Amino acid sequence: MRRIVLFLPFLVFLVLGVVFYFLLGKDTQYMPSALIGQPVPSFQLVTLEGEQVKQTSDLPKGSYLINFWGTWCPSCHVEHPYLMTLAEQGVTIVGIDYKDQQAAAMQWLRDKGNPYTLVLMDELGQFGLDMGVTGAPETFVINAEGKIAYRLQGVLNAQSWQVIKAYL
Amino acid sequence: MTRFMFPEIGQFSLILALFFAIALATLPMVGYFRQSLLLLNTARPLTHVMACLVVIAFLLLAWAFITDDFSVLYVSQNSNVDLPLRYKFSAVWGGHEGSLLLWVLILALWCLAVALRLDSLPETIGPLVLSVLGWVASGFLAFLLFTSSPFVRILPDVPTSGGDLNPLLQDIGLILHPPILYMGYVGFSVAFAFAVVALITGNLNAYWARWARPWTAAAWASLTFGITLGSWWAYYELGWGGWWFWDPVENASFMPWLAGTALLHSLVVTEKRGVFKSWTVLLAIFTFSLSLLGTFLVRSGVLTSVHAFAADPTRGVFILALLVVLVGGSLLLYALRAGQVRSSVSFGFSGREAWLLLNNILLSVLTLTVLLGTLYPLLFDALGMGRISVGAPYFNAVFGPIALCLMVFMAIGPFSKWHHTKLATWWKAMLGAALLSMGLAAGIVFWQLFDWLTWFSLSVAFWVVFMTLLDWFNKQFVSGKQRLKQWRTLPNRYYAMVIAHFGMAISLVGVIMVSVNSHEAMVKMSPGSQAEVGGYVFVFDSMELIKGPNYLSDRGHFQVYQQGQLVADLYPEKRFFTTRQQVMTEAALGAGFTRDLYISLGEKLEDGAWGVRIHIKSFVRWIWLGGLFMVLGGMLAAFDKRYRQKRERA
Repeated sequence: MRRIVLFLPFLVFLVLGVVFYFLLGKDTQYMPSALIGQPVPSFQLVTLEGEQVKQTSDLPKGSYLINFWGTWCPSCHVEHPYLMTLAEQGVTIVGIDYKDQQAAAMQWLRDKGNPYTLVLMDELGQFGLDMGVTGAPETFVINAEGKIAYRLQGVLNAQSWQVIKAYL
Repeated sequence: MTRFMFPEIGQFSLILALFFAIALATLPMVGYFRQSLLLLNTARPLTHVMACLVVIAFLLLAWAFITDDFSVLYVSQNSNVDLPLRYKFSAVWGGHEGSLLLWVLILALWCLAVALRLDSLPETIGPLVLSVLGWVASGFLAFLLFTSSPFVRILPDVPTSGGDLNPLLQDIGLILHPPILYMGYVGFSVAFAFAVVALITGNLNAYWARWARPWTAAAWASLTFGITLGSWWAYYELGWGGWWFWDPVENASFMPWLAGTALLHSLVVTEKRGVFKSWTVLLAIFTFSLSLLGTFLVRSGVLTSVHAFAADPTRGVFILALLVVLVGGSLLLYALRAGQVRSSVSFGFSGREAWLLLNNILLSVLTLTVLLGTLYPLLFDALGMGRISVGAPYFNAVFGPIALCLMVFMAIGPFSKWHHTKLATWWKAMLGAALLSMGLAAGIVFWQLFDWLTWFSLSVAFWVVFMTLLDWFNKQFVSGKQRLKQWRTLPNRYYAMVIAHFGMAISLVGVIMVSVNSHEAMVKMSPGSQAEVGGYVFVFDSMELIKGPNYLSDRGHFQVYQQGQLVADLYPEKRFFTTRQQVMTEAALGAGFTRDLYISLGEKLEDGAWGVRIHIKSFVRWIWLGGLFMVLGGMLAAFDKRYRQKRERA
C-alpha cells in the first residue's frame, strides 16, 4: 500500500504532462463566441443614411463579414485601410457603426472611403450586446448558410485574415 | 580578429559548455557506481570549465548589445541605437533567448558556488550533487542551442537601427528583477540535487538535510527578493495601482516560494529530529519542479498572460520533454527508493515537529490552491469545456483564510520544544498576547470604522509580533541574574527566524491596510483645476511636452496639498515610444511611510482635459518592507556559521 502511495506523485505528474502536450500550439488569444454555429440574432436597425429600416432578412446572401466599428475607436483607424483592400478584392462586409454619432460616421466614410456594402447604425449598442461584442473593432464571419462561423476581437489585418479566410 | 566574430565565439562557447555539462552529468555518476575516485574527482574541474564557458557566452552577448551589433537577430529585435546604455545591458535578458541564457548563467554560477564549497561535503556526495546539476545544465544548454540561440545572425542585410526594447522593460526594476528571481528559481536546483543524491545513494540520513539547508535558505531569500521587486515594479510601472494580480506568471514564481518555504521548515525537522525524511525529499523535488513548471508555463505560451512575450510551440515541446526527464525521472526514483526509509526517532505529537508538520500541511495546501487556480483553465480547456479564467476572487477567497490560519500557528511554533512540550507552561503568556493583540486591533478598527474581517486580520499580525517578542524575551533572559551574560547565546539562525516572521507580520499589515483604507478616484481634469481624494487636494498645475532619448512624453505637473500644506509635487507622464509606436503610462508616486499618493494619466480628452486616475494607497510600502525583512532573515540563515565547517579529513 505504502509503495503505491509513493508512486502517486509520479502518476499525477504524468497525467499533467499529457494534458500539457495536447495544449501546446493552441492559440491562447482565441476567444470563442457562444454564437458560433448560430444564425445572426434578429434585429431592426436604421441604415447610416437614416432612410431605411433593415432587418435580418436584408443581410447579404452567401458568406460575408460583419464588422463593428466606430469613429471613436483608435484601432478602427488602423483597421480601415485593410478593410478597403478586402472590399477591393470583392469581400462583402457589413459595417455596424457601433455606439457612434451619425454625422461623424458619415464624415469618416467620405474621408477614408467606404468598404461596406451596407452600413447600419447601432447607436445604443443593442445589437452589439446581442452579438456579445465587448469593444470595437470586432469582426464576425458569417458563412454561406447564414450562421456565425468565427469571431475576431481586435484589428483585422493581413495576419488575422489568414485565419479568417478559412471560415468564409 | 575582428569584433564581427564575437557572436560565433559565443555560440561556440555554448556548444563547448554543453559538452562539458554532459561530461559532468555522466563521469562522476559512473565514478560513483564503479567506485572510482578518479572519475568522481573530475566533477570540480568540469564544473569550473562549464561555468567559465557560459560566462564567456553571456559577456559576448552583452558586448553585442553594448556595441549595437544589429547583425545579431536577437540584438536587432531587442535593442536600439538610442537606448540608454544601462537598458542596452538589461536588454540582454529582455527577450526569450537572452533570459534563457541568463537562466543558464545563474545555474552555472550556482554550480560554481557548490564546487567552491565542495570541501564541506563528504567525498562522494559533493561530486554527485554537481553531477545532478550537470543534468539540469545539459538540458537547458541543449534547449538554448537547439531552439533559441541568441547568437543567430541576419546577414548580409544588417539593419542599422534595431527594433528597440519593449518599453515596459525599460526600467530599473526590470534590470534587477529577472536576475534575482532566477537566482531563487534556479537556486532550488541545489536542494533538488541534494535530494536526488540522497535517493541515489540511499543515504537518507539527517546529514543531507543539514547540507541542503544553507543552499535552500539562500535560494529562498533570492526568490523572496525577486518576487518583492516584481510586485513593486508592477505597482509603479503598469499604472493600475495594484501590487499583486494573481497573474499566471506571478503564480509561477509564487508556487516555488510557497513550496520552498515549506521545504525550509521541513528540512529543520529532518535535520534535528530525523523524521519527515521522505516527505522532505519529495518537497525538495516538488519545489524545483514548480520552478521548472513556471519556466514551462511562461515560455511555451500555454497560458495567456501579460508576461508571455515569447510563445512558441516547438519550444514548448522541448521544455515539456525536459520537464518529463528531470521531474518524471526524479519522481520515479523517489517512488522506487523512498520506500526503504524508516524514521528512527519517534514523532512527538505535542512537540515542535507537530507545529512544523502543521506548517507544512498548510503551506502545501496553499501551493496546491495556487497550482489548481493556475492550471484549472488549462484542464478545463483540455477536457473540451471551453475557455474560462480564474481570477483574483477565487484566489483571495481561498488563499486568504488559509494564510491567516498559518500565521496564527506560526506564532506558536517557536514557543514549543522538540518532541514534547507542555504548552500549559505558557498558556497565560499566550492568552495575554492574544488578548492584547485583539484589543489593539479592536481599537484601531473602532477608530477607523473597519469591518470584523479587518479586525481579525490585524489581530493576527499583532499576535505574531507579540508572540515573537515574548519568545525572544523568554530565550534571551533565562533568569534574572544572567541578563547581560546571556546576550550572545542566541545564534544568528534564531534571529533569522525572528526577522523573517516579523517580515510576514509587516507585510500582512500592508496587505490589510491597502485593501481597506485606500481611496481611488477617476476624474476629468484640465490644467488649473483641482480634485479632492481621501483628504488630499490634487491641483493640476500644467502640462508640457518633453523629449526623452527614445520617446516623446506628455508630462503633467500636479501639486498635492493636505490641510493647506504642500506635501508633494508629482509628474505623471504619458510616453510615446517612437520606434515601437507604443504608448506607455508612467505613473507618478509620492511615496510615504504610511501612504502613497499615486497619479496616472488616462485618456486625453477634448480641450486639453485629461482622464486622471488618483489613488491613495495606505501602508502599501509595508508589503515590500516585510519582503525585505524576510530576505534579510533568509540571508542570515544561509550564512549561519554552523554550516561553514569544513569536513574533517581522515
